[in-house]
This record gives sequence, C-alpha cells and structure tokens, in this order.
Amino acid sequence: MERREFIKLVSAGAALAALPGCATTSGGRTIGRVVVVGGGYAGAAAAKYVRMWGPDIEVVLVERNAEFISCPLSNRVLAGVMSIQDLTRGYDQLGSKHGVKVVQDEVLAVDADKRTLKLAQGDTLSYDRLIVAPGINFMYEAIPGLNSAEAQQKVLHAWKAGPETVALRKQLEAMPDGGVYALTIPKAPYRCPPGPYERACQVAFYFKQHKPKSKVLILDANEDIVSKKGLFTKAWKDLYPGIVEYRNNSELVDVDAKTLTAKLQFDDVKADVLNVVPPQKAGKIAESAGLITANNRWCGVDFLSFESLAHKNIHVLGDSILAAPAMPKSGHMSNQHAKVCAAAVVALMHGEQVNADPMIANTCYSFVSDKEAVHVSSIHKYDTEKKTMVTVQGSGGLSSASSDIEGQYAEAWAHNIWADMLG
Amino acid sequence: MASAKYLLGLLALCAGTAHAGENLNSRNWAASCSACHGTNGHAVTGMAALAGVDKAYLVNTMLEFKSGKRPATLMHQIAKGYSDEQIGQIAEFFAKQKK
Ligand code: HEC
Repeated sequence: MERREFIKLVSAGAALAALPGCATTSGGRTIGRVVVVGGGYAGAAAAKYVRMWGPDIEVVLVERNAEFISCPLSNRVLAGVMSIQDLTRGYDQLGSKHGVKVVQDEVLAVDADKRTLKLAQGDTLSYDRLIVAPGINFMYEAIPGLNSAEAQQKVLHAWKAGPETVALRKQLEAMPDGGVYALTIPKAPYRCPPGPYERACQVAFYFKQHKPKSKVLILDANEDIVSKKGLFTKAWKDLYPGIVEYRNNSELVDVDAKTLTAKLQFDDVKADVLNVVPPQKAGKIAESAGLITANNRWCGVDFLSFESLAHKNIHVLGDSILAAPAMPKSGHMSNQHAKVCAAAVVALMHGEQVNADPMIANTCYSFVSDKEAVHVSSIHKYDTEKKTMVTVQGSGGLSSASSDIEGQYAEAWAHNIWADMLG
Repeated sequence: MASAKYLLGLLALCAGTAHAGENLNSRNWAASCSACHGTNGHAVTGMAALAGVDKAYLVNTMLEFKSGKRPATLMHQIAKGYSDEQIGQIAEFFAKQKK
C-alpha cells in the first residue's frame, strides 16, 4: 500500500466505521479494525483468516521486513541444497486477494488504554483489537561476550532466517577441511525444538560432500536431545559417522568471540565456526507492551482466543506465548494459533461467543540429508477443566524411519503452508 | 470503534450475512488440516486437495487411517486426534467447498 493512502486510512478509520451497512470488501464499510503486528507464520495467517472469516473487519498488518523469509527449511541453505530466495515470499497477495492492508513499518510502542500503536515512521495507528506476533528476542545478557554488535557479527545465531543464514553458509564455505563447527543449543523452551539437530545434519551433509575431515560438535545445554532423539542419533550414526559429535549438559556460559571459544561450565571449546543459538524470550514489542507474564520470558494467553492474560483486546500468537505442555514453538503451531485466534477475534468483533472447542494439529518436518526427512506430529484439544490445551491421547507420533517420500512431503508442506498464510 | 449501541444495530442489519448457515466448529476444525491441504482444502502442490471431495470418501479414508488399515507416513497419527463426529463434520466442510 502507498504510504499516503495509509495515512488517509488511519485518519479515515473512525469515519469508515461510522457508516451504516455491511459492506464486505476492503475499503468498504467495516465494523472495526484489527491490527496485526508481525508477518511471520502466525501474524500473516491471522491477518488473512480474520479477513476471510470476517470480511466486514478491516485488517492492517504491520511488518518491518519487505518480504517473508521462512525459518523452516532454512537449515537446507547451510547444506547448499536451497537458496534463501527459495524461502522468500512477498506479502502482495494478502492485499490483492484478501484486502489486508500491509504496512512496512516497525511498532515502537503500544498504548493499551488508548488502543493505539506508535510506528517508527511517525504514524499513530488505532485498533479495536490487536494481534501481536513478534516471534522471539535473544537474551544476549546471558552470554556477556556476545553482548556487542561486533561479537554478534563473528558468532552468528542464524535462528531468524535471512542475512545470518547466508552469512553462516559463507563461514562454513570458508572453513578449511578438518575444522570444527560448534553449535550451542540453549535450554528448552526455544524456537523450533528439532531445529538444532536438523542443522547438525545439514552441516554434516555439506562436510561429508566437501570437507570430510571436518567435525560438527553439538553442545547442548539440555540433559538429552530435545526432539526426535532416535531418528537424529540414527542419522548421525548411519549417514555421518565420525562427523557428528553430541555432548549433553553443556550449557554455554560465555563466549570469546575473538578466538571463537565457547565457554562451558567446566570446559572451553575452541571452534573454527562457532554458531550460538542464544536463550530466547518473547519478541521485543510483546515485552514493552507488558504482555510477558511468565518467568520474565513468555506471554500467557487464554487458549480459547489467544487473548493476553495481561491485557484485554490484545492477542498474542506464535513463539512469544507461554505454550501449554507438549506444544512446541514451531511454524506449524503458529499457523494453528492464528486460526484459533482469528475465529475468536471475528466472533468477539461481532459480539458473539468464542468457539469453546478448538483443535490444533502440529507437524514439524526435519531433513536429515538433502532428500530424506522425518517428522513429529501432535494433535491438541482444549481441556475445559484444566483451561489449557492438552494432547489427544493416542494421537501424534514420529516417523518410523527417515525417507525420501517424507522429504517430498516436507517440501509440499512448506509450499502449502506458505500459500495458506500468504496466498 | 463504533459504540456498543451502534454495533448492536449493525449486527441486526448484518444478521444472516456474516456466516449464514455455516457451521463454525467444522470450519475451524477443518482449518487445522489446511496448513498441509491448502486453505479450505485447496492444496497448491504435493498434498491431496480436499476441497469438493466426496464426503463419504473423506470419512472412510480418515477412518481407515485411524484404524491403521490404510498405510500412511503420518495421517494415521493425525486421524487419531479427532473423534468420528469431528471427522464427519470436517469431511462435510471440505465436501461443500468448490473444487
Ligand atoms: C502435516 C501435514 C498434514 C496435515 C496437518 C493433515 N494432512 Fe492429510 N495428508 C498428509 C499426507 C502427507 C498425506 C498422505 C498420506 C500419508 O503419508 O500420511 C495425507 C493424506 C490425506 C488424505 C488422503 C487423500 C487421498 O485421497 O489419498 C486425506 C483424506 C487427508 N489427508 C485428510 C486430512 C484431514 C481431514 C486433515 C485434518 C484433520 C489432514 N489431512 C491433516 C498431510 C497432512
């Protein structure tokens, strides 16, 4: 959308809402405005589904990046089997097909009482309901040696797909054969539980082809492999013998960025490429808006609507929430949060009851080589007594073994979920 | 936002247009399938499209996934997460969508 048009829209919002009737197209008469902050797996899907299920609701999506880049599948860029362009999609169809007003800007502050947002480029945007889906923020304060821009340029996270993914691939390409790539994993919960182990597979795949004397060293703060343990250990043993080494209970306490040294409690590990996945908390705007309710890290929500436990009229989705047990922080989960929330927001905007019986399906695919993938899936329903989501007994599970066919499904999954949120 | 009184008036005006006759539970449950099978069952590539597929076929296939009769990489695990009643409603929703 043009900027000028947007400013007009901001000031015309109230006037539009005051017009009678039930027009259902964008730019027409609406019953109110929903603003979505963040255009990732959760936010983009929420914006589309609110418009689809509530065509009389105006939806503005505020996203700071010009394009969407998928985190799922981005480990394959490290293996050299996909490019970052393959993972990049535009936001244009959200506007042209669904009438979402997409604004490229950053939200600086939320005024929950006045129901307004302050944007970096100077505008103020009002809302009737706000959906906050900002993803994660890194807790660099937990790793003093990494708490500077300079150090962060040498020791990458690549845990938000984009320039860092490409930069990490370059570091791996520049590494001499016989070098050590060390990957540190924070204590759970963190974004994408199987992601680090998939990354180990993808880097090992690259080394096996091009740098067979090199090593992948996993330094895991957790007691054990957090996700798909049997499937990953089998892949490391069968596909990458002598390349992947796994160490549990190896929490990172500091980093020396100059020497690429990971400092553990009782040990220092020097690497040729050091890749630190830092501990995480809810996205910055969720924190500044006062939406964090648990452990100074995550945002508690009512799972029937994903409305914040801290503020009425504000919903929180995706990796920022305090998840119910066995609900991973995943792209697929975020898509599912978005739909439960969209249904609830549309109902609430119409003064109707919120759906009392939401269902959520999650599946996380991981590639163990260039072609073979494995999955973990789970189905969750709302438990009225416990007032939270619980897994349905007997449902879900893991792949019986890695396979090419699941690799094809994993790619199909990506294309379908991108279309489901953006197309 | 419009005042509550105004909103009530608007609701009365709009009654019947918003989601006339639509079963919202089945719509919402079906949306838990659409991350893989496409929005309203319109898969774009590599997964079966469910939009406009015969209800009896969908129910039967899901029940066969559930019982293990039909081989699958993951649908057996997903089908077990839904009651037969939910499967019936989800199938009805997809069957009603245009192909
Ligand atoms: C994670 C992705 C995923 C989700 C979510 C998912 N499916 Fe599937 N579906 C698949 C895959 C993959 C297959 C192929 C069978 C297999 O290997 O499991 C399939 C096959 C099917 C088939 C058989 C199509 C045919 O004609 O052969 C039906 C019917 C189906 N799914 C219905 C559903 C329904 C209904 C839901 C929601 C309750 C759902 N699926 C959720 C991935 C998914």
